[in-house]
Amino acid sequence: MSYVTVLDFAAGGLLLCSVLLVWRRDLTAMVRWLSAQGVAVGAIPVSLALHRDDRALLAVGIGVLVFRAVVLPRVLARVLRGEPEPREAQPLVNTSASLLAVAVLTLLADAVSQPIVRLDPTPATQAVPLAVAVVLTGVFMLVTRRRALSQVVGFVMLDNGIAAAAFLTTAGVPLIVEFGASIDVLLAVLVLQILTARMRVKFGGTDVDELRELRD
Amino acid sequence: MTAVMGAAGVVVQVAAIATGAPVLVGVMRQVRARLEGRRGPGIAQPWREMRKLFGKESIRPEGTTLVFALAPAVLAGSALVASTLIPVATTGSPLDSVGDLFAVIGLLLLGSVALALAGLDTGTAFGGMGASRAMTIGALVEPSALLAVFAVSIPAHSSNLGAIVTAVASHPARSATPAAALACAAMAIVVIAESGRLPVDNPATHLEVTMVHEAMTLEYAGPQLGLLEWAASIRLTLLLALLANLFLPFGIATAHAGLAGLGLGLVAIAAKVVVLASLLAGAEVFLAKLRLFRVPELLAGSFLIGLLAVVVSSFLTATTK
Repeated sequence: MSYVTVLDFAAGGLLLCSVLLVWRRDLTAMVRWLSAQGVAVGAIPVSLALHRDDRALLAVGIGVLVFRAVVLPRVLARVLRGEPEPREAQPLVNTSASLLAVAVLTLLADAVSQPIVRLDPTPATQAVPLAVAVVLTGVFMLVTRRRALSQVVGFVMLDNGIAAAAFLTTAGVPLIVEFGASIDVLLAVLVLQILTARMRVKFGGTDVDELRELRD
Repeated sequence: MTAVMGAAGVVVQVAAIATGAPVLVGVMRQVRARLEGRRGPGIAQPWREMRKLFGKESIRPEGTTLVFALAPAVLAGSALVASTLIPVATTGSPLDSVGDLFAVIGLLLLGSVALALAGLDTGTAFGGMGASRAMTIGALVEPSALLAVFAVSIPAHSSNLGAIVTAVASHPARSATPAAALACAAMAIVVIAESGRLPVDNPATHLEVTMVHEAMTLEYAGPQLGLLEWAASIRLTLLLALLANLFLPFGIATAHAGLAGLGLGLVAIAAKVVVLASLLAGAEVFLAKLRLFRVPELLAGSFLIGLLAVVVSSFLTATTK
């Protein structure tokens, strides 16, 4: 099994997980697929590091793998435990239309990332369109979901795509940069967790559309 | 000599499918019965039922036309023609150059349309409802089927079934790509929808609100019903064999294989199809039928996965060079 195969499967798995995340409405299942996507994101730097014999990148890769496949899904699963009805019942765009929108976004990602691929057509850069597609899908999910938790899932997906694109385009992300980015995401998720808990206490649900009025 | 062997291979292949298909349905029912804690009627039960049906007199409901009378024959005929084109046991079919994967999908569609027209022809409420549902599902399945086919034909540079299967069989390592995995997933959903299994349609139901395939065959009796059931089992077998051979074509006889190779090909495909069918039947125990309005979601998902397979394989053919 060459590293190209591993890299391709990781990139393909990344995209497949984002499709499944858009598809599923059960929030428990979404958190599980998010964890699978974390494995795919982590596999990219690990396979690149083993190919280039780069110890620092390997350390970063293992860190990313643990953070995105274990830590983040754990935090989200904790939020979910208090949720009375863990389903995204009514997204703003229905599931079939969302899936077709993801198809369009994938083609768009392919079109816009062609110049990047053409700069240096290696196996790693050729997978960049897939990472860009995950970024766009994450944004799409962030804006079309009503429940706070599935918006958080969209946000994490967006960040997974950005991390994957960073590893695929550069010769290696320094440990400190990746560490900073990961801590940022973790903080954002923790803040959102507190916010969700507060929302539930105040309003009994986490439907963002019900937050219409400002009050002091 | 190879032409003679190829022709012999096709004859053996069609005969094996025609006799084996009802047995496969029997295996699936038996697996399901055992998993549900029943003893089950045994794997030969579909053949016994068919013998009973063919022994009955032929009845035509009043007011039906030629469309109704011909539909079972068209369905069975199209399934048999498709079984000569698909490399099930051998890739050396002399008809291989005549029809490619698109032709196979067209042939299967021809059968579905004939059955839907027959459902409309009876003029009953159920027939029309079943036909409308079957056509809705069919129209949604078609794009994802074509995309999945397109994705598997990119690496082989041909939509010819024999060429695709030979390419995968001769380079198994090069064919293990994410594109192939995605295409396989899309194709699996297509196969389930096209053969009318759970969660798209329940083959065991006779409940009015949920029937799709059963609603169209409701007015048939006797030999014609037997023919329809036989054709449905052939279609299921063909689709499962196609899925197995497009992605795992190990053991299939090549154009130059002798009788021993052909025998090995038959054993291999029988094993693969039985394993797939048992998995499908086992999964069905845990599934409920989807609401009809949720079926488009499933098929949109399969369309998207098919599209991703095409997109991904267009990157990957560039990388492997």
